[in-house]
Amino acid sequence: MTPLVAALRDPRALASWTPSQWEMLVRQARSADLISRLAALLEDCGLLQEIPAAPRAHLLAARVGRHAHEEAVRREVAQLRKALAPTGVEIILLKGAAYLFAGLPAARGRLFSDVDILVPRAALSEVEAALMLGGWATTHHDPYDQRYYREWMHELPPLRHVTRQTVLDVHHAIVPPTARLKPDSAKLLAAARPLPGHPGLKMLSPADMVLHSAAHLFLNEELSHGLRDLVDLDSLLRHFGADEAFWPALHARALGMHLESPLRYALRYTHRILETPVPMHLLAAPASPVMDALYLRALQPDHPSAADAFTPLARWLLYMRAHWMRMPPGRLAYHLAVKALRKREEAAPAGR
Amino acid sequence: MIVGDLTDEALARLLSGPGLRLRTGPLVTRISSPLADIARGIALLYRDHEVQPAEGFADFHVRIDRPAGLRRWLKPQVQFQFDGWPPFYPLPGDQGFPILEWGLNWCVSTSCHQYLIVHAAVVERGGRALILPAPPGSGKSTLCAGLIHRGWRLLSDELTLLDPSSGQAVPLPRPVSLKNASIEVIHRFAPEAVLSPTVHDTLKGSVAHLKPPVESVNRALEPARPRWIVMPRYQAGVEPRLSRLPKGRAFMQLVDSAFNYHLHGAQGFELIARTIDACDCHEFVYGDLEQAATLFAGLAAEA
Repeated sequence: MTPLVAALRDPRALASWTPSQWEMLVRQARSADLISRLAALLEDCGLLQEIPAAPRAHLLAARVGRHAHEEAVRREVAQLRKALAPTGVEIILLKGAAYLFAGLPAARGRLFSDVDILVPRAALSEVEAALMLGGWATTHHDPYDQRYYREWMHELPPLRHVTRQTVLDVHHAIVPPTARLKPDSAKLLAAARPLPGHPGLKMLSPADMVLHSAAHLFLNEELSHGLRDLVDLDSLLRHFGADEAFWPALHARALGMHLESPLRYALRYTHRILETPVPMHLLAAPASPVMDALYLRALQPDHPSAADAFTPLARWLLYMRAHWMRMPPGRLAYHLAVKALRKREEAAPAGR
Repeated sequence: MIVGDLTDEALARLLSGPGLRLRTGPLVTRISSPLADIARGIALLYRDHEVQPAEGFADFHVRIDRPAGLRRWLKPQVQFQFDGWPPFYPLPGDQGFPILEWGLNWCVSTSCHQYLIVHAAVVERGGRALILPAPPGSGKSTLCAGLIHRGWRLLSDELTLLDPSSGQAVPLPRPVSLKNASIEVIHRFAPEAVLSPTVHDTLKGSVAHLKPPVESVNRALEPARPRWIVMPRYQAGVEPRLSRLPKGRAFMQLVDSAFNYHLHGAQGFELIARTIDACDCHEFVYGDLEQAATLFAGLAAEA
């Protein structure tokens, strides 16, 4: 087990670690972008002041920007509400911003750079127009990229605010419409619930929040921060799963949303890697040894000390699998060809 | 043990093998490199710095190496890696030592947010710190290099680390980076100064590094309380002149020069306000280093 995974499972054990063990932990946590999360876990169990001064300095440094970051997200969401107020469209916050506004433990020590929202597809043009009036502008000016997002993806090309430079992702679904799995966005919107104390803002239902996080991780092509996403899932499952009624509801919802396979992976790997408590019957489905071999490697911290000879291959195969799951074969071939040609063009001047 | 206690062979073995664990102020960096000019630069400029044992805790893990590929046989380059990841593009092959120094600055300014980090030189005399924030090209490093050869202790020539809990400046004594004409100026001003060979045609022009005085290195764990903030500007042929800088402008200057003010929120605002309150703030033009040193000696004697 890598030091980072050991620390995430049981932060209390860190009190007796040697300087060399701490050194590897800080390196892995930094690579995995989990150092601020680690600081929050240690703070929660009252150990932050007990650990040796040298590694503690890194944890305290990672904590410094936390309040500024939360304030920035709250200000950004306030601006967003103001910009979208004339449309009357309800804003559903996703991921980090939702965890923060809902006060979930998953928000503890979780830094993120973009705000993600979900709106009905029918309202997309109206929302985009209102955002443009509010100062948000599209970022991908290449015609192929625009088409890629607008026709095949579940979100608009990322929008950047012209003065604040903040990035906003506007989603109309949680997986691309071209994907093999087709969860119905109307069901997500219907089940969304108000965020207490924040009129006009909503969040997904607890089961949908977990399914979104699972679909995001297990259909994602980029797994270098896979462990960080797994930590989100672990935190959501521990929080909502404390209520026994949550588990059957989650399972039924996954079936209804055609997301049983991402959920199966989410439950299996949070349980295997982070010891997330999951009811046994939900873990009973037979597992593919191939997927285990791939995910148990790819979900380790992205650091040389946590990789073996097959880790790069595992990440590459999962990259290809994610594309395969997200697009039909013809379109996938076309997309990869465009990306490959563009990479050559970009590389040309630097190659000299 | 200090770097100077190691034979050339022992230093090269550490650098090309398990890494040299070098202490600079509060930080320990594990440096690896198979390159001979890195070993030479460290032996010359970090001679008095402490070497930490392998079983301790290192804050940063850096490596300077040639990037892989055919190019290494034709027109070699050097690359800085932060724990296996290259944050910058490679540079021409003779810029190994400068890229190590820039890389170490980058490590501190992107990670050590327990401090408010100001892009400024800082020196100390009589327990009081003089902070010199200024844009590149203003003569800040030259003035700093001059003062540390006239009785001031070097805390840092680039990164002023302010500790929010104590309000003190924390030393990070490392080689002082000199550019272009300043190299010759310091040679003449302090003939005893130890300088690395000059590397030409870098992004910042010609660059040489100055070895920090041994006393600054030995007192690296002694912080100092800020007493003066002076914005220097070199101008050929002028008499040295201090003029009072309004505190509001000094405040904005520190905010603009800070790498991580945006992360510190209210605590950062209060820290800068306290620092400004405790300091005399000046603008300073000078055309001659000796005259400047005399003027600052007077300033220190008055306070």
